[in-house]
Amino acid sequence: MDSDRSSETAADLRRPIIELRGVTKRFGRQLVLDDIDLAVERGKNTVIIGRSGTGKSVLLKHIVGLLKPDRGEVYFEGQRIDQLSERALVPIRRQISFVFQLNALFDSMTVLENVTFPMMENSDVRLDREQMIALARRCLSMVGLAGFDHKRPAELSGGEKKRVAFARAIAMDPPPKVILYDEPTAGLDPQRSDVINKLIRELQEKVHVTGIVVTHDMKLAYEVGDRILMLYNGRFIADCTPEELRQVRDPHVRRFVDGEAEPEDVVTYVA
Amino acid sequence: MARMNALETGLANLGAAAIEGIGHFGRFWVFSGRALSFIPMELASVRGWRRLLPQCFQIGTRSVPVIMLTGMFIGIILIVQGYEQFDNAGLRDMLGGIVNISVASELGPVLAGVMLAGRVGGALTAELGTMNVTEQLLALRSMGADPIRFLVTPRFLACLLLTPLLTCYADLVGALGAWLVFVLYYGGESEPYWRMTRQMVEFWHLNTGLLKALWFGGTIGLVSCYKGFHCKPGAQGVGEACTQAFVVSFILILMLDFFLNVFLNGLYNLWYGFRSLI
Repeated sequence: MDSDRSSETAADLRRPIIELRGVTKRFGRQLVLDDIDLAVERGKNTVIIGRSGTGKSVLLKHIVGLLKPDRGEVYFEGQRIDQLSERALVPIRRQISFVFQLNALFDSMTVLENVTFPMMENSDVRLDREQMIALARRCLSMVGLAGFDHKRPAELSGGEKKRVAFARAIAMDPPPKVILYDEPTAGLDPQRSDVINKLIRELQEKVHVTGIVVTHDMKLAYEVGDRILMLYNGRFIADCTPEELRQVRDPHVRRFVDGEAEPEDVVTYVA
Repeated sequence: MARMNALETGLANLGAAAIEGIGHFGRFWVFSGRALSFIPMELASVRGWRRLLPQCFQIGTRSVPVIMLTGMFIGIILIVQGYEQFDNAGLRDMLGGIVNISVASELGPVLAGVMLAGRVGGALTAELGTMNVTEQLLALRSMGADPIRFLVTPRFLACLLLTPLLTCYADLVGALGAWLVFVLYYGGESEPYWRMTRQMVEFWHLNTGLLKALWFGGTIGLVSCYKGFHCKPGAQGVGEACTQAFVVSFILILMLDFFLNVFLNGLYNLWYGFRSLI
């Protein structure tokens, strides 16, 4: 999988590939994102950490236009996308892959069909059918699922489904410019998680794919992140490198990183 | 004060329900319009046919046994219900014609439609609802594919095309079931049964039945897919959507039947009135 970035100018490459400006999102009365600003650097892995229900997945969905902000703007390569129609979003979405938290594999298709599906439906892909199948098989073997072609998602374990979803996200030629990973190692054993960590890192280093990773897994965050942000009560309360994160003194960040409960969340069985 | 609060809450709930209902109504028409707009593209492409044919198998071929049973019992029950009255009035031989008019123009399409709303509609809502709650619809959108084109249009087309075919089958089996009971159980004669059927059942009756089936099929397809696409999260949400899909389809089938009957009766009078003049 070779990178195809020749048409991009130096100015394009310096500009953030994704930008969120003042993004606010509410669901009913619940404020999920509160005036968020974020500029994602091209070719780097940005990791967003935070407790469950703090809006990390909601933020990812804004980037690919699956959710529209109540207020604020979303840009992809300098183009404002939060006001685009579904049809106008198609060329943008074809440059971005998404590994969903629930994997979102299509039950009616085999593993191989799932992995080739995005290529088959993308008119920008330059491969013929045989080449697509070969690429899909290569991606499946990269995640340790060679020979799983004809299985259905219902026959797979949770970890295997996660790896198929990962293979589907990367099986594209040209490769996607951005991959959004929503809890990519959830449900995987430590060794399989390590395979995924290394793949995310390799895609970034060798193919220059920009990664945005949402996770609770601090090992993953430290290993793949060039930059780590922490979302808390709808706002970023940390924005630093992995090394800097180890030194951060903010009590919320510290407790999250160290895996300690917030004092108000502590409950006791015996009164 | 407490009574005032309860009144206010009640009114607020009523208002919220009304707003939600109007919202659903509007969204349903937008959804339906988009599903219909993809029909030419789907029928013009090989991939469209590849998506359509498995749905035809699921919706059509797999429904044949239940449609056969439904059709057969419609015919049998009508014969059993009508035999004594017609026999007492000396009109036994006309029974075949009367029963087959009822089956072809009214009971065949309506009961086949209701059966399909349960069997096919429930399955469609459950399938699409599960895809919705497991983020598969979002995944399709994130890949630049339109879930309505990929999932709804083929299912709608399969329902639209196969409900009339299944209704034909129900009519045929209903006529045979009625004939069998008429001959074997009541000792009637075959010749007058079929002769009166030929004389009384016109193409008009068959065509009106098929036209109704076309509308019922389209309604089942759109309502079931819409409910699946808009179900609430979780197993309970999918279950509720399936129930709602059946109830709404059932009510719409009856309402459509009423309006189509009024329209077709008017058309019949116009056409046959005109025909008698020439």
